[in-house]
Amino acid sequence: MLEFLKQPMPWYIAGPLIGLMVPLLLIIGNKTFGISSSLRHICAACIPAKIPFFQYKWKEESWNLFLVAGIVTGGFIAAAFLMNMNAVNINPKLVTELSKYGMDNYQSLVPKQIFNWQALLTARGLIMIVGGGFLVGFGTRYAGGCTSGHAIMGLSNLQWPSLIATMCFMAGGFIMANLILPFILML
Amino acid sequence: MNNTAPIKNIETNTDFEVRSLDAICINESTLKHPWWYNLKYLFAGVLFGIILVKSEVISWFRIQEMFHLQSFHMYGVIGSAVVTGIISVFIIKKLNIKTIYGEKIELPAKKFNKGQIYGGLLFGFGWALTGACPGPMFAQIGTGALVIIVSLLSAIAGTWVYGLLREKLPH
Repeated sequence: MLEFLKQPMPWYIAGPLIGLMVPLLLIIGNKTFGISSSLRHICAACIPAKIPFFQYKWKEESWNLFLVAGIVTGGFIAAAFLMNMNAVNINPKLVTELSKYGMDNYQSLVPKQIFNWQALLTARGLIMIVGGGFLVGFGTRYAGGCTSGHAIMGLSNLQWPSLIATMCFMAGGFIMANLILPFILML
Repeated sequence: MNNTAPIKNIETNTDFEVRSLDAICINESTLKHPWWYNLKYLFAGVLFGIILVKSEVISWFRIQEMFHLQSFHMYGVIGSAVVTGIISVFIIKKLNIKTIYGEKIELPAKKFNKGQIYGGLLFGFGWALTGACPGPMFAQIGTGALVIIVSLLSAIAGTWVYGLLREKLPH
């Protein structure tokens, strides 16, 4: 059983399980699935700075902070007990492409050659770790939701603004990954 | 069920208005519970976190493959999640399923604004750079990739700057 659980989870099991988060949260407490709001609640709780956007009773939303604390815990449990040591099985084309930028370590889900503490002192690391994080926080709130809130929750409820948001997430990702990221990786 | 809670009462209305700005997850429940009722969301988060790691959705490489059309994996995950979600919401509405506390399930409609385009594109850039959307960022930290804490703090800063500039940005 444990051996089975240590296998990577195929998409046709992971996808439906992620989709079931939607009815689960609705049924256990009338909550709409979404993650990026937690970032806003953290701002409202820690650094509201009299900004109107952060003046609301964040404590009433604290369920969302419990949810993300659970995600951190789940990440820890999966990594500590449910992983095998095999490298991520990646399309050889991507391997060839990334090798141009000196990347050859595929052991971890988060590539250590890009995301490490020393990298914070390099232009590449700063752009990807700090700049990327900033865009995720700014963009998701500007868009009113992230992959969970728009792409999964919003589309599940057949909301066309969520479809537009999801298409823009993908468009932004394609532009960055194909047209801009190669230059950043060269730094 | 005759103990259904009333829809939002008047004194919480301004609070609700601020909260629902640019938000997907608006607390729809009007029931007041002790804090430990929230532990069930912690448990839901644990399950979600394990799935995100086990399916390699939190892998920077999987995200790159998706944006280079080199693998079906991410499209399969997101696509089947959406189909499952659509069927679930349809069943909840059709059968008028209530929460475990007997409340009616409410799903707010989303209004379109230009933020979904501009913000969506900016988030897309960040997604391809970090290889993570907000959920996976939390899961990555859990797996021990502690440097992602810096990305998370930066994402919080990004949210804060958005709140600061909100009135000046096109919507």
